Amino acid sequence: MTYFTRQRVRRVYKWRGEPLSFNRKLKTYEYSSLAISVEGLARATIITTGQHILIEGEDDDNPYVARVVRLFGDESGKQKKAVVQWFVRVSEVPPFKLKLLGRKPHPQEIFYYQGRSCDDEVDAESILRPVQVKRLVGAAPFPDSDDKDTLYVKLSWDSKTFKVMESEPSLASSPPACPKPSLPPSPPCSPPAAALASRAPPRHVLPTPDPAVMRRATSGEVRCNGATMSTGKAGAMEAESLHSATKLSASKCLSSKRRNASARTPGVRKKLELCSPEKMTRDDMLLQLLDKELEKEAMLVQRPPSSPLHTLDLVERLTPIRRAHRAPVAKDAVPVTPSTLVINKLSASEMDSPPSSARDDSTRTRDGHAGASVSPQQGDETEAELLMGSFKTPKRRNATPGRSYALRGQTAEVDDENSPVLPAAITPRGSKRKSAQLVSSRIRKQLNLLDTQDLSSDGDDEDEFLPSKKEQQSSSEEEEAGLDSEEEVVMKRGRHTAAGSHTPRSKRKTRSSMRTPRKTPSKKTTPSTPRTPRHATPSIPSRSLPARQPANVLEEARERLHVSSVPESLPCREQEFQDIYSFVESRIIDGTGGCMYISGVPGTGKTATVHEVMRCLQRAADEDEIPPFHFIEINGMKMTDPHQAYVQVLQKLTGQKATADHAAALLEKRFDNPAPRKETTVLLVDELDLLWTRKQNVMYNLFDWPTRRHARLVVLTIANTMDLPERIMINRVASRLGLTRMSFQPYSFKQLQQIIMSRLNKAKAFEEDALQLVSRKVAALSGDARRCLDICRRATEICEHSATGLVGMSHVMEALNEMFSSSYIMAIKCASVQEQLFLRAVIAEFRRLGLEEATFQQVFVQHQALCRVEGLKPISVSEGLAVCQRLGACRLLLLEPSHLGVMQRIRLNVSQDDVLYALKAD
Amino acid sequence: MSKRKVKNDHMPVGECITQVQKILRERLCHQQLPQKLVGVEAQHKHLLELLKRTAIHGESNSVLIVGPRGAGKTMLLKCVLRDLLEEKEVQKNLLQVYLNGLLQTDDRIALKEITRQLHLENVVGDRVFGSFAENLAFLLDALKKGDRSSSCPVLFILDEFDLFAHHKNQTLLYNLFDVSQSAQAPIAVVGLTCRLDVLELLEKRVKSRFSHRQIHLLSSLTFSQYLDQVQAQLSLAHDFPDTKFAEDWNAGIKTLCEDKSVEEVLQKHFNSSKDFRSKHMLLMLCLSRVSVANPAIKPADVLEASRLCLADAKANMLHGLSILELCLIIAMKHLNDIYEGEPFNLQMVHNEFKKFLQRKSNSMYNYDQPVVMKAFEHLQQLELIRPVDGSLAKTQREYQLMRLMLDHSQIMESLQKYPQCPTDVKQWAMSAFG
Repeated sequence: MTYFTRQRVRRVYKWRGEPLSFNRKLKTYEYSSLAISVEGLARATIITTGQHILIEGEDDDNPYVARVVRLFGDESGKQKKAVVQWFVRVSEVPPFKLKLLGRKPHPQEIFYYQGRSCDDEVDAESILRPVQVKRLVGAAPFPDSDDKDTLYVKLSWDSKTFKVMESEPSLASSPPACPKPSLPPSPPCSPPAAALASRAPPRHVLPTPDPAVMRRATSGEVRCNGATMSTGKAGAMEAESLHSATKLSASKCLSSKRRNASARTPGVRKKLELCSPEKMTRDDMLLQLLDKELEKEAMLVQRPPSSPLHTLDLVERLTPIRRAHRAPVAKDAVPVTPSTLVINKLSASEMDSPPSSARDDSTRTRDGHAGASVSPQQGDETEAELLMGSFKTPKRRNATPGRSYALRGQTAEVDDENSPVLPAAITPRGSKRKSAQLVSSRIRKQLNLLDTQDLSSDGDDEDEFLPSKKEQQSSSEEEEAGLDSEEEVVMKRGRHTAAGSHTPRSKRKTRSSMRTPRKTPSKKTTPSTPRTPRHATPSIPSRSLPARQPANVLEEARERLHVSSVPESLPCREQEFQDIYSFVESRIIDGTGGCMYISGVPGTGKTATVHEVMRCLQRAADEDEIPPFHFIEINGMKMTDPHQAYVQVLQKLTGQKATADHAAALLEKRFDNPAPRKETTVLLVDELDLLWTRKQNVMYNLFDWPTRRHARLVVLTIANTMDLPERIMINRVASRLGLTRMSFQPYSFKQLQQIIMSRLNKAKAFEEDALQLVSRKVAALSGDARRCLDICRRATEICEHSATGLVGMSHVMEALNEMFSSSYIMAIKCASVQEQLFLRAVIAEFRRLGLEEATFQQVFVQHQALCRVEGLKPISVSEGLAVCQRLGACRLLLLEPSHLGVMQRIRLNVSQDDVLYALKAD
Repeated sequence: MSKRKVKNDHMPVGECITQVQKILRERLCHQQLPQKLVGVEAQHKHLLELLKRTAIHGESNSVLIVGPRGAGKTMLLKCVLRDLLEEKEVQKNLLQVYLNGLLQTDDRIALKEITRQLHLENVVGDRVFGSFAENLAFLLDALKKGDRSSSCPVLFILDEFDLFAHHKNQTLLYNLFDVSQSAQAPIAVVGLTCRLDVLELLEKRVKSRFSHRQIHLLSSLTFSQYLDQVQAQLSLAHDFPDTKFAEDWNAGIKTLCEDKSVEEVLQKHFNSSKDFRSKHMLLMLCLSRVSVANPAIKPADVLEASRLCLADAKANMLHGLSILELCLIIAMKHLNDIYEGEPFNLQMVHNEFKKFLQRKSNSMYNYDQPVVMKAFEHLQQLELIRPVDGSLAKTQREYQLMRLMLDHSQIMESLQKYPQCPTDVKQWAMSAFG
């Protein structure tokens, strides 16, 4: 496991110059600039206040964008903090909100963030590098530049609407939310805090062989590779060593956590200094170019042509070889022990776990078929393809940067040569050459493919991607084709530069071809996917004619009384509403987790109340009274197997599809790991008892996650029985569920009456007495509000037939009778003569035997006798059996299986008195 | 055809008979819907209005039609649908899904069938549903996406509804009823069942979601109505090609129904069951006796048909037995009388038989043990006797305990009709003890 640490490049953050000022109260020093250097290299990137920077986030391809407002550190110099103004990338804006934009967002577009849900204080050590941000005014078009490192800002985003940015938001106004540095006093490691730090898995530094480490290792691999290769580049790639974990102070941990907590969605705080041109040195520019190049390359590394290679690639990552090269090495890397292989698998499966942004989700859902082996590479491909589809000029875009490529290629080469860290020899040459061949052959193939298509015509391209009903395979082919258009350009270059069979060359060639795919992800700021049909859920066709509206009072009343109509308010559940509301609200505000168990018989408004609470909280969140949260709902009855709960939760949370086991692992990770910008999740689990399994691991997990430190999960569970935790849960599950319980009492008749009244909402359709009768009757039986509403609805129907104005007592009585009266007596009355006789024979035989059970043969003797008494011709045994079976089918009698013939035993399913009553009345 | 009809007002008798056979058989076997329902008008109105509201107003509903077998539940529903679909507005809007508890034996199959019948599989191309869970989620999503006013109402018909209640967790029923009680795509769930206690089968949360509307279909048919039905079903309509033949036929049917013996037979059938299927069975048998030589249904035909209908299956089987087997059966009957229904074994039966041979028999002689054994096994194969539960395992076949699956009346009845039954065997059977 120590391999991981070696793999990383360590970055060193240093203050530059003397502190500008010293805050006595907080004991912090403020600095003007920060130098970031990669260990072992002389060059350093300088971050100054006012500069735009990239901050490490959960998505390595799309780091967060922000602008430095202030830099400060504590006395000891151990902790470095930065106050930033956040910007939001297009991909961070929820897709449905993007519609508000009213146009297609530019991939390089970012938005000035004005929301308040993000902490604007970040750990300075998460800063990656500076970035160039340009402000565009009003309707100015986005420049057609190819520079992927320039971002454009036009509008501001406050998590609800896009606004035109006021010109030059001043520095002073921007950090209004929490400008106070939150560093603890300088000796940072007070014992408990230290303990805390060691317990909590810190975000950047991963101390133990934790699955998270492996995930990081794999997902961060891109970065590592890039960094090792780039060597000369300080700001580009970050790497951290395990050792720093030990140095991590509690406060740092805390602050990073806070950052994480505040970070998740479009809610980044940002600020922009529009007028100030980017103070980028030429060095910086070069660095950026380089950086990009390396990123691309790394992307390709991550994107082998076929899956076996891919896994092997992973194998390689585990080895101490710093330079993770493309797959072909794999063959040489076979002698890896099985145990490592297992780990690799694990990490491979975890690779798609990074709590992905909306962009990733959309592609992943589709890739879900691939199950555990979904690799990011696939997602990238899609994106590439998407870009092809959505952008009109893929070719031009790719074609132009030719010159800059050349330049970059050179620099890259130079880097390779003078990089001391780069042990090119570690990867066997042959394999490298192989890889080169492989890549080039692949590219050639793709080129051929491309030639057949008309690349330059965008219309064709779009057509290609529109069709919805394509098989996965064919579309992925297309995706590749889409990619190829980009690779083609590179290929040309690769051929030019290819001269001789030196390793460096082949290496470079590989790299140059690798570069292309990377390019796409860098542009992947287009979140709106044009190929939604792929994973669209079909809907019931819509009706040709609109539904008729209610015409009279009774029809309107009936509509209002339908259980499905959502009432304006939930009367009679104010107390419960309040309790749940305050419970969830407090958890959301505190950013903690918790469980609540809600019980009550069916039809007492449990689910409705929770939904109402959620609606109110959502409204409050929209109005910024509470932090935003995520509400998801699962229902034990709406899944086929308890373990499907994981799948559904994961899908609703991230849109990913996975198998149950995989989903459980992903969720485990998600709730266990600190992640930036995490919202509180409120999970409603309806029909909890259906999630029972023998080991109870589903329930266990559901109740265990909220107790995790970083989970921010509130679980509301609903079931019918009050003592469910005691009855079916084993101790460790019940203990985690906690004692926050609430039980919904059945409605009393007054409450039922009130419910109907409020539903009717002054529509005068019922007589007062009639309402009271219904509610009293239902309250006495079950207290089920659904029943009450159904009876009222039926009563309005009956009333409609009788053509009187109001629903009166008689109508309600009739409805009640229809619904509650037993049909047995009627059924006996309507039975045929022989059937009635047979029932009498059964009773007679029971009396004779003094038992409640008799065989058919015994009853049949009685039956024959009764027939003679009644003056009817005795029936044959076959007929008698038929009669008996008919009664059994109605369940007036309970019978043994019919193959027993005359030996089958008979019981009555009705009371003898009922039978006698029914027969006497006849 | 109509021209021909006018020309050949008098068709040859053979052709007329063929026509009659064709028309009446279609009527009896295809269960043509009657023009107007008798006796269930209220139920018809209730159901029609309910479904109409779903189709036109988009109101979700659920209802159960409960009634004994052969009471006309399906016919009621079909009549209602026929009337409902006469309206243009409904015709274009209503989607129908038929499920049968005997065919869709678990939720997985049922879901596939629903998806197929709603043509939802076309929306996703030839996407193959990976799993049951995916299918369920898929369908629920589809239903959830709809709303009251804009989506097409779906009518779910669940035949043999009680069998759906035996599915695991009642997932399908819960979800259907839940959709019908929430603001999703409008659906109407119509369940057909013959079990009166069907609501007790539902789990409490499923039950709570069900609207508790039940339409009971209990035939309160009187005998005169029954007679009328028989007459109507056998009568020919006015558009029969040969009007003269039709008139004669109808007159014949009328006299037939007024015949005392026929009435008696029908009364017996009516007493036995009000099920329309048994009635159709009887009429079918009558009809099949009609031929050119016998161009009208005679009372004798009805009697014969009735005899066939009411014949005892087990007693008929006894006619095919050999004398030895019959003797064994009689021996068993005596054993049953002596030991009051206690089980017996081959040895006991054989001893009883030997006693009979020693004392009275002059026509029968003793058989070897293996022959008797063979006869005994044959009886077991015919399921006239069956081993007592749990005695199969270790005991020798001769000592295995058996029970007689016949009633005494059946034995006596078949003995009367047994061809060339020796009188001493008959006497032995009739005698009180051995």
